[in-house]
Amino acid sequence: MQLPAKMIHSLFLVNSSGDIFLEKHWKSVVSRSVCDYFFEAQERASEPENVPPVIPTPHHYLISVLRHRIYFVAVIQSEVPPLFVIEFLHRVVDTFQDYFGVCTEAAIKDNVVVVYELLEEMLDNGFPLATESNILKELIKPPTILRTVVNTITGSTNVGEQLPTGQLSVVPWRRTGVKYTNNEAYFDVVEEIDAIIDKSGSTITAEIQGVIDACVKLTGMPDLTLSFMNPRLLDDVSFHPCVRFKRWEAERILSFIPPDGNFRLLSYHVSCQNLVAIPVYVKHNITFREGSSQGRFELTLGPKQTMGKGLEAVLISSQLPRGVLNTNLNPSQGTYNFDPVTKLLSWDVGKINPQKLPSLKGSMSLQAGASKPDENPTINIQFKIQQSALSGLKVNRLDMYGEKYKPFKGIKYMTKAGKFQVRT
Amino acid sequence: PSSSPRHDDLKEMLDSNKDSLKLEAMKRIVAMIARGKNASDLFPAVVKNVACKNIEVKKLVYVYLVRYAEEQQDLALLSISTFQRGLKDPNQLIRASALRVLSSIRVTIIVPIMMLAIKEAASDMSPYVRKTAAHAIPKLYSLDPEQKDCLIEVIEKLLADKTTLVAGSVVMAFEEVCPERIDLIHKNYRKLCNLLIDVEEWGQVVIINMLTRYARTQFLNPNMNEDKEEKEKKKTEATAIVKRKPYVMDPDHRLLLRNTKPLLQSRNAAVVMAVAQLYFHLAPKAEVGVIAKALVRLMRSHSEVQYVVLQNVATMSIKRRGMFEPYLKSFYIRSTDPTQIKVLKLEVLTNLANETNISTILREFQDDHFNDKDFVAATIQAIGRCATNIGEVRDTCLNGLVQLLSNRDELVVAESVVVIKKLLQMQPEQHSDIIKHMAKLTDNIQVPMARASILWLIGEYCEHVPKIAPDVLRKMAKTFTNEEDIVKLQIINLAAKLYLTNSKQTKLLTQYVLNLAKYDQNYDIRDRARFIRQLIVPTDKSGALSKYAKKLFLALKPAPVLESPFKDRDHFQLGSLSHLLNAKAGGYQVLPDWPEAAPDPSVRNVEVKESVPEWTKCSSREKRKEKKADKPFYSDSEGESGPTESADSDTASGSESGSGSEESGSGSESEESNEESESASEEDEEEEGKKKKKNVEKIKARKPVPESESDSQPNTIASVQVFDTICKPAWLYMQFLLNPPLPVSVPQTIIPSGNLKTYELLHRITGEGLSVEYCFSRQPFSPDPHMVAVKIQFTNSATSEAKSLHVEDAKLQSGMRIKEFPEIEVLPAGETISVVMGIDFCDSTQAANFQLCTHTRKFFVSIQPPVGELMMPIFMTENEFKKEQGQLMGMNEITEKLTLEEKCQGEHAVVQRVTTAANLSRVPCGSDKECRFAGKTVTSGSLVLVSVVTKEDGAAQLTVNCEKMVIGTMLVKDIHQALTQ
Repeated sequence: MQLPAKMIHSLFLVNSSGDIFLEKHWKSVVSRSVCDYFFEAQERASEPENVPPVIPTPHHYLISVLRHRIYFVAVIQSEVPPLFVIEFLHRVVDTFQDYFGVCTEAAIKDNVVVVYELLEEMLDNGFPLATESNILKELIKPPTILRTVVNTITGSTNVGEQLPTGQLSVVPWRRTGVKYTNNEAYFDVVEEIDAIIDKSGSTITAEIQGVIDACVKLTGMPDLTLSFMNPRLLDDVSFHPCVRFKRWEAERILSFIPPDGNFRLLSYHVSCQNLVAIPVYVKHNITFREGSSQGRFELTLGPKQTMGKGLEAVLISSQLPRGVLNTNLNPSQGTYNFDPVTKLLSWDVGKINPQKLPSLKGSMSLQAGASKPDENPTINIQFKIQQSALSGLKVNRLDMYGEKYKPFKGIKYMTKAGKFQVRT
Repeated sequence: PSSSPRHDDLKEMLDSNKDSLKLEAMKRIVAMIARGKNASDLFPAVVKNVACKNIEVKKLVYVYLVRYAEEQQDLALLSISTFQRGLKDPNQLIRASALRVLSSIRVTIIVPIMMLAIKEAASDMSPYVRKTAAHAIPKLYSLDPEQKDCLIEVIEKLLADKTTLVAGSVVMAFEEVCPERIDLIHKNYRKLCNLLIDVEEWGQVVIINMLTRYARTQFLNPNMNEDKEEKEKKKTEATAIVKRKPYVMDPDHRLLLRNTKPLLQSRNAAVVMAVAQLYFHLAPKAEVGVIAKALVRLMRSHSEVQYVVLQNVATMSIKRRGMFEPYLKSFYIRSTDPTQIKVLKLEVLTNLANETNISTILREFQDDHFNDKDFVAATIQAIGRCATNIGEVRDTCLNGLVQLLSNRDELVVAESVVVIKKLLQMQPEQHSDIIKHMAKLTDNIQVPMARASILWLIGEYCEHVPKIAPDVLRKMAKTFTNEEDIVKLQIINLAAKLYLTNSKQTKLLTQYVLNLAKYDQNYDIRDRARFIRQLIVPTDKSGALSKYAKKLFLALKPAPVLESPFKDRDHFQLGSLSHLLNAKAGGYQVLPDWPEAAPDPSVRNVEVKESVPEWTKCSSREKRKEKKADKPFYSDSEGESGPTESADSDTASGSESGSGSEESGSGSESEESNEESESASEEDEEEEGKKKKKNVEKIKARKPVPESESDSQPNTIASVQVFDTICKPAWLYMQFLLNPPLPVSVPQTIIPSGNLKTYELLHRITGEGLSVEYCFSRQPFSPDPHMVAVKIQFTNSATSEAKSLHVEDAKLQSGMRIKEFPEIEVLPAGETISVVMGIDFCDSTQAANFQLCTHTRKFFVSIQPPVGELMMPIFMTENEFKKEQGQLMGMNEITEKLTLEEKCQGEHAVVQRVTTAANLSRVPCGSDKECRFAGKTVTSGSLVLVSVVTKEDGAAQLTVNCEKMVIGTMLVKDIHQALTQ
């Protein structure tokens, strides 16, 4: 008799047309027909992202995540925290992305052996074993074009010749024996603003989420500290495991031995209690008249509270009501596109020049005889502001201990729109 | 099947001398496995390469071996010796990898080899090998559960390990092999708390979940005084004497809360959720608030994470609403959210609604975009729930909903009608204009459920709209034949009610409708018509009932309760799969209720020598620049590579020189130990105090601790309750609301004549003269209909009288409840007395454990119900039976063929045996080849339908339909046994 084992039993990768293109089992093989329950749920869901992440079946549970239009479906046999599995699956995707640059069906199929080797190391008997990218890279070298060519000629391998020591290390997230000729540490402070603006232009909610992504290429075992001018701004933070928590609690200083290469040092949240500056405004006039087959559409954008920095890469998108057949609009700059099938309007605005505000004006043609749509469309805005963190967060200084050389340090700021919506 | 030439090709490559060819072949084979293609015929060719020098080839061979060994057991044995050699390798990484592969080969023959290898690895010098040993334990256990006792020994040994590397893995093994052995944790509890922050993320989750359960068995409820007050407010019955003891938190309880809190800052959502559930289940009310911010942060993660977090927030927000109120805006709905996220956000917003924020929330509901059909329905229902919960806004909500009645979308209107109906039921007098408005809608609205709702409403409140009601009936009579069944039923109801209140105008119409119904195709409609005609139209023959027809039809019906589907879901441990599905998943460990009195805290004391652990060491280089405060963070991970590793023989290998140099700086152990973190030193002081009493405690420790007694009771049911995952469809509930309960004659229960089986609760000898027996009396338990009545019979065969017999200290699975019998003051010698107690078994056959007390003694007893006693009979017609059976198909239906025992052939015998085995009532049936029985489970009222079809020669087919599949499965077994033996 075999008992139902805990944790992750099997993994199936399913593409957007519903084909299973990879399977991996950590215990006895589970027939791929178990995915039929998943396909049923997929059929019932109106949108790909509406497939329930947890699906019970008579003998198993399916827990899935959707990323890059691939479903990662884990098969579970008994009680396990669902977030445990979900978080792990996302970690798998992140690892693939890190290894192959992209996480697409083609990339996974091309590198199927590396994928298999990675999955083998990441789980043992369904329980996570090595999920730190630094450790994995010691075990399995990421494929590069050069290496692939060399390997095919010489028959050498992708598997690290040395035995991995990271797992035994003092700081499991860092490789040992790191050496660089140019020692550099770059930090990107990237903030995203989420907001809902109502019809009249007043803010319903606005909040800022930020991350500090680091790219650290330093020799040896450097020990870094990073301090802020205004750490009080950070309302809620979560750390990479390398950050010493107590030091943060006591002094509001980030002290850590960094992993080698790219990693996310910190995610933070600036609460909506602090007034959040809204960097863009929209003037809109979208009307449908009862009984008429024409509707008016007018949109003007302008900068607001951007601390003197320009708005770039502005992109407007909006789901127009079903009744809209076509649009006849005239952008003052950039290009616009309306898909009559999906009813998706998108307008690539580009940079906003405060002297000459961009606008999109014209008419919409409606289905003749149809009644006027109940709701006005919501407008989604994307934009970027370079060299500025909207919250005003500023890094004070970065110091290195533990190694003798002088590293090159750099810090960059950027703001992006997250889920920025204007209701009309 | 002959292998394809392609495979011959691969075999040739595998047999060649060149590693590059072998590698190429293995890569192609692994790609086949990944695509799910069968590559098993290559097994002999592949397994030859298990000792290949090339690391990548070797690794791929391992991948292949683990995948196919189960199918080719004999051939797989060829590889074992290679791994056995590997287990003795001087390099720890090779030892670990050999153990990992060896333990992954699922071949039963090698169980003894695996056991030996695990035992040896558990005492290995290298913590990495010990970690691998911990990982191997569940593998072996699932291969051969009989090794449990041996494995528990290994687990016990590894639990004592002081390295962070091992901690997570061994707790995982503990959870899989022996989660009931809480006693193994005592001595390691403080260590686990202190190590926690440095354990890897996945191990943290497992440890935190386990410690939550542990704490629930060892500490007192920090909210006990408040909870008791609440209880008192609810029931004024003086059931329990409330002892208001001042609450003092056990320092170990505090230690757990303090050491988990920083992990709310983890980047790993699973860790954050684990800490959040720990705080929700264990922290004093005032401290739970800290988790809200972290949970709200998770909401910005991937949508799957959001989905799980919102489910948990929905449950939490019912119990602790105040906690999430400051974050109300974070739950606002975005048009880009997937529908399943929107619906959950709506649920949370509805739970958070109160007088002050309701206007904002309602505005938010209205702003929502109505292009998402599933979501519209949910929004309207949410408005309905706000209206019922918050009296102040009921009218506002109602007006809003009435406005929606003129919406162009029929679904919006239909949903609004259904919700308005429920709201109006609460105060119909004031809203006759709304009822009139709705009456007009019958001309346009086509959705059957909405039409049915309107008709029911008009019928129910026909006295408020005396002019319109007959007119509606007139129109409905015209369209009767074209209506859906649920609408037809409501037309008949409307006709009946009008006939009773206004027979002058509606007599003819009613008769017309009843005549139409008489010839309807649907059984139910014909039945209903016949029944109503008998009841309302007075004839010579009609009995006493028709006098009361008006009372029967127009009785005041209780208003429906609109409540959250997340209510009371917190009896499942939050964050668990079972909580998410609201059904117990296999392997779920019930979160126990707090004990009434705390078990002895000294079990957690450790010898002082052990409490200066090596993980407090710190390299001198580190010390130079680090403040005291953050030492524990890194220090323990250094400890782990301390003496164990340096003693290992392979530190000489070049790749490890890096970590070797680390160690060289770590010699300052004694100096460091003074600087231990706050918590550890606290612990020390405590221990020194305890040390003086050590001798006393040693004696104590030998005594069995009370909770280990209850733990050791066999838990036979747990494994059966695996797939109880089906939720009751909401529309069944809706239908029930629309069809107001009809008066029916009290179902006649068929009680098997006098032969109720009695069970022994307490034997005369253990009870020192007091013997106790019990039986399931199969009578409804009047104080609480959700409880099973248990008749208990005390016989005092001692020479002296027994005094004050009562129940105490019930140790129940979560959700179970007991209603004790009133205390028996005196039972004279030689006398017998019977009492009845009620037990809510929660529709499970788990035993209810409690103590039976006399004035001098206490006895641990337990009552375990046979599955057949968890139900009560209900009355059903043949048609209803067929209809319900039709809805419980698929997984809810279990069919078994059997051969009836000789004495059991014949209708009477079958009925007798089935009703003895299960508390069901007979359902009339046209055929004499079939016997049908119906009942519902006592706690949840889930239907249980049984039918036995007999064929020639004693062959028979047994079918059980029940949405609770576990109950169904067990019932089949019991009835099968009853009929065949």
